Formats: sequence, C-alpha cells, structure tokens
Amino acid sequence: MFSSLKEKVGQVLLPGDEFLFEAENTISLTGHVKAEKVVCGPGLRRSGDRVLVCKSGVLRHKQPNMFWVDSQQRRYVPTKGESVIGIVTVKSGDVFKVDFGGSEQASLSYLAFEGATKRNRPNVQVGDLVFAQFLIANKDMEPELVCIDSSGRANGMGVLGGGGLLFRVSLGLVRRLLAPHSEVRSDLEKLFPCELVVGMNGRLWVRSSSIQQTLIIANLLQSCDTMTAPQRQELFRRVKQGAL
Amino acid sequence: MTSSDRDRQISHRGSSVMEECGSSNAFLREFGCEQSLLSRPDGSASFIQGDTSVLAGVYGPAEVKVSKEIYDRATLEVLIQPKVGLPTVKERSQEQCVRETCEASLLLSLHPRSSLTLILQVLHDDGSLLSCFLNAACMALMDAGLPMSCLFCGVTCAIDANGEIITDPTAAQEKESRALMTFAIDSKEHKVMMSSTKGSFSVHELQQCIAVSQKASEKIFQFYRDSIRRRYSKTL
Repeated sequence: MFSSLKEKVGQVLLPGDEFLFEAENTISLTGHVKAEKVVCGPGLRRSGDRVLVCKSGVLRHKQPNMFWVDSQQRRYVPTKGESVIGIVTVKSGDVFKVDFGGSEQASLSYLAFEGATKRNRPNVQVGDLVFAQFLIANKDMEPELVCIDSSGRANGMGVLGGGGLLFRVSLGLVRRLLAPHSEVRSDLEKLFPCELVVGMNGRLWVRSSSIQQTLIIANLLQSCDTMTAPQRQELFRRVKQGAL
Repeated sequence: MTSSDRDRQISHRGSSVMEECGSSNAFLREFGCEQSLLSRPDGSASFIQGDTSVLAGVYGPAEVKVSKEIYDRATLEVLIQPKVGLPTVKERSQEQCVRETCEASLLLSLHPRSSLTLILQVLHDDGSLLSCFLNAACMALMDAGLPMSCLFCGVTCAIDANGEIITDPTAAQEKESRALMTFAIDSKEHKVMMSSTKGSFSVHELQQCIAVSQKASEKIFQFYRDSIRRRYSKTL
C-alpha cells in the first residue's frame, strides 16, 4: 500500500510531489488483516488518500510506517517535547520570557525548575541561557517551556553555567548530532573531552578545559554543515595531529 | 554549497537544446542558481538568467508587527531593491505580482501571527527581470524550508514586430518587441498562477505564449530538482 512512498526513501523530494495510496482491491479472508496507518512527519501532509510533500529534502522512513522529510532549514518552529537552548529576555513577576529563535517568545514559569517553590525562587537573571523543553508548542498559542521532566526532576535542564560558548548551526546538523549512533558525534568524541548541549533550535553550547579547545570545537561543528563524511574525518584527523 | 559555476554548466546543457513548440521555439538563455549563500537570512538564493541576475533573501517565520498581524495566517512582505536608487512605482507593481504568486503557493495558514519577508535585490537587469524575480523567490522560499503546496517559476515571452514569439528575451529584444508577457506557472498542473502583460496582442497569440511558457517551465522545474538534489547529495 505504501510501496510508492517506500521506493522513494532516501531520495530528494520537492514541494508539490504527490503520492497516492489506493486501497488493495482484494482482501484475503484467511490471512491476518490489520489496518495499515501511515504516520506523516515534518514536510508531509495527508489529504484524503494522498500524501503531499510541502518541503524540499530527503525522504526518510522508520519502521513500520513512519515517513518524514529531512530538510536543512535554519529557522526553528517549536514542537512539543523538544529541548531547546533559550536566552532569558524579560523577568516579569512569575514568568520569564525566553527567546528561542522562533516567531515569538516562549514563557517559562519560575516554578518550572527543580526544587522551586513559592518561597524558594530559582536564581535566573536576564541574559542567562536556559536548556528547557516545550510543554506547549502549538501554532495558535504562546509556547511554554519547562526546565523539569514529568517527574519533577531537572534531568540536565536548567540554567547553563559560565565558561561555555553559544553558537548556531543548521537544524539539519543538530538532528544529525542527536541521531542514535551519530557519526559526527563519535568523530568529535575522539578529539577532546568536552561538554556539549544541543538545542533542537540550532543552538549549540560547548565547554571544554580551555578556551582554545572550546573555540576549535565550535569552529569544527560550524564547518561540519557543508562537508561530506570523508572530508570531515580528514579535517578531524588533522586537528587531532595538531596540524591546525 | 555547490558552486554556481557547476550549476550553470548543467543548465547550459539543458538550455542549449532548441525545442520546437508550435510555430515558435521555447529557448531559454543559460540559467543558474546558488542556494543558501548568505549567512544571516533564513533562506537565500541567487538566480541568473543570461545576464540578468537577482539575489533573494527570506526571513521568517519571525515576529510580526501588531499592525500587520493576521490572526489566521502569516503576513508575507515582498521588497524589491533596484540596483540604484529607491524603489519606484514599477518595483511596487512587481512586488505585488511576486507577492500574490508566493501567497498562492505557500501554506501561510501553518504559521499564523508571524511574518515572512522576502527581499529581492536586482544585481543586473538584461531583460526578463520579473521572471527572474519569481525564480529567485521560489528557490529562496524552498531554501528557507517554508511549507509550500507547489513550486512556481516565471517565464517571460516577447512578440516581436514579425509576430515571432521570443522566450526569455534580453533587454534589447524587450525594447523592440510589440508585446511582453510574464507568466508564473505552477509545478503541479503547469497552470498559469499570475500573468503580467504589456503591449497589444491577439487572443491567439496569448494562448500561444502560454503554451510556449508551459513548455519552457518544464525545463526550469527539472533544473530546480537537479540543483536541490545536488545540494542534498552530501547528506543522502
């Protein structure tokens, strides 16, 4: 049923491309019949029995029936549950306004930190960087961030400490970094020990033992965007030898 | 990003083939494109058609001014910057043509209460400028990853004194022509999304020009596909 879509996996699609799902004419009476459902991720839209492509990029597939388009955009659109790095811009009463690079600022309640109570306020100043996840992300509503998970634990989220460097990369590279068994990440791990915070909004925060090493990592990651895998491995090898 | 030289070589191969279409030929000058060449905007592209060259930048979905906010869709703003001086009435009318074409192809309702800004900078004008604006706009919007229902391209046709149809005319050919028309054509059904005409022509000539433009648009859409494929070849 999804064969038309499956054979395009790994290929480049453009907005306006269309796939038609026609139901099978014969239903087997003996075999186990299960309704097949397709899950359309970013870049795909469902319209009746057709799937329309609305972004340019590479079609990806995950078992059993998940499809999405991997594109290299730069502007972030919030999605519920995703973790981002934001900058606190306003502190007003009981909410902070956080700039995460989207079309409007997100709100972050002072109670949404680990161990925060009405008496015990978290120490957050304007200009601080926070690593938080979206509790509400909806095109019609103001996005809301929290720095705790569902069980009330910080789980790595919260205000980022000093001594790090914040920089921007494309959203495609961020997804490549966060993918399980990421090649970019494993190449980077062989270089220096460092602390890397990856926000889905294309912001990366890195801290290592010296400023020089922090800058090297930032420059390497920013140049990863436009390199093929062999080019990247060659560059990382040269950095490790101290040639650069 | 791949160099524009390589893109141009590819397009040269495609466009040097003369294709017969009715009584006239759908010949396009060599065209090329480069995507995400600017670092600050969310999407950017430059499009070159012969000696005509346009640079496009897209910002958005970004924060919108309260006065321009639309509650159920994004506000699209198109700005055309001429090579010298300030935008005039001519640029304003071209802005409107480009904006209405983009609004028809973009899915603006997916980003309500936000703003999209498209800036088109003329680098050199040697005829068919409006079609070059449209092509650059489409490439930049695609680069920004904005949701679109279909792609579009622009084709300019001129009818000279002998009644011959010239596609993608140069500035000199435009000056000598009796009529000049630009069409925006969508990628799905190859239908006309926008038309802008100047001069006098018959109904038959208009229909002929549309047919020629639709023929020429296929070549441009194939070029779009090839250049996007080359762009993503590193992450396949």
